Amino acid sequence: MNEHVKHVPVTDWFNDFDHTDPQWTEDPFPIWDELRGKCPVVHTDRFLGVYLPTTYEAVKQISYDTETFSSRRVVVRNVRPEITSPTPPITTDPPYHKPAKQLLLPPFTPQAMKKLEPRVRAICNELIDEFIKDRTVDAAAAYTKHIPTRAIAHMLGIPEKDGDLFVKWIHQILELGIHNDAILMQAAQEMSLYFFEQIEQRKKHPTDDLISDLMNAKGPDGQPLPDPHVIGSLRLLLIAGIDTTWSAIGSSLWHLARTPTDRKRLIAEPHILPFAIEEFLRAYAPVTMAREVMKEGVVAGCPVKPGNMVLLSFPAANRDPAMFPDAGKVIIDRKENRHAAFGLGIHRCVGSNLARMEMTVALEEWLKRIPEFSLDPAGTVTWSEGTVRGPRQLPLLIG
Amino acid sequence: MPGKIRLRVDPDKCQGHSRCKSLAPELFELDEFGNAREIGDGTVPDALVEKAYLARSNCPELAIEIIEE
Repeated sequence: MNEHVKHVPVTDWFNDFDHTDPQWTEDPFPIWDELRGKCPVVHTDRFLGVYLPTTYEAVKQISYDTETFSSRRVVVRNVRPEITSPTPPITTDPPYHKPAKQLLLPPFTPQAMKKLEPRVRAICNELIDEFIKDRTVDAAAAYTKHIPTRAIAHMLGIPEKDGDLFVKWIHQILELGIHNDAILMQAAQEMSLYFFEQIEQRKKHPTDDLISDLMNAKGPDGQPLPDPHVIGSLRLLLIAGIDTTWSAIGSSLWHLARTPTDRKRLIAEPHILPFAIEEFLRAYAPVTMAREVMKEGVVAGCPVKPGNMVLLSFPAANRDPAMFPDAGKVIIDRKENRHAAFGLGIHRCVGSNLARMEMTVALEEWLKRIPEFSLDPAGTVTWSEGTVRGPRQLPLLIG
Repeated sequence: MPGKIRLRVDPDKCQGHSRCKSLAPELFELDEFGNAREIGDGTVPDALVEKAYLARSNCPELAIEIIEE
């Protein structure tokens, strides 16, 4: 029987961290700075035992060691039920990882993204048309949320208008589902059923989209992929493609809303936008992953034991002053930026080129049409809880 | 007079981040999976030397080698 566990606020971050604590949700950066200053890897007994590495070196080491740190579980929760619904390739370890990933790489190359770009630009402008005459807007609800949702729906070949349904599932799986197994299972089942129906439709009427690509793909044995693999990968693409980029675009707009010098500079010097995008990805990296510890090991001098998970914090690694000069400052024309927002090693985000394209187009179109904007003092910015971080309410003054 | 430099992408390290292609499109090409390799034998024209170093310093996997001749 699943009960909602009452949250005990954190008082000792070093021994008892909790990434769902309101302090972390509100502003995680000082917490990571404090922990990083004391020890590269800390531990909590919450969520059945989790390590948190906060240095770039520790995160890198864990990312590259797929034997000690398995991807079979990639979400930290307060239960660890038997694994029944993998979402390849994110939940796949070598040697099965590479063939599963290779199937998804061709539709997401920079070349493929160039073809999708006009549709994304049109989506951004359709959205802006709806609120451009208003004085205020919640940019999260009216803009950033819809861009990646419609873009991935377009790639998958599912109706863009079903977007609210997808956002609901993701909220249930990534936020509510951390503490409530029943909600998570229901959402996962609904998603699977939705994609099952999409597959059945395409058996009768084949289409030219990602769902058909996966249906036609062959596994390493030369046979079509089993349905659970196809459906698992589709669930992954939908989940991975929405919350993450929504967060990144939102954080970038939030930064620009409260930093007029950077906003003006980007408008005056559009050629620095690519560097700004990478810096926003570094400083406001949306995604924290996780791994399961499979055997004893040592990370950055800290022993780790099996039976624990690891919160693989790319955002904390991105703010490590040992790796990035002025790590705590957003420098929008930073030239050397080896950030880990899309991960390191074999699990590099398949959608990284799509994310960058969406961020670029979303910011270009917004800045073109709404060059003057600021945070609405009458509103409150709220941030998502858990492992994908971005503004879920972003009230701006635009009039 | 500085000598020529050559680029080399280590295919075992490349994970397809494609930072190199964005920063120095003249020097790299991507395969169907989005993985990078140096164009031709990797010789870098003088005008592109700065871009070559920029690409190397932005590869998260440290997959780009610059060979000074």
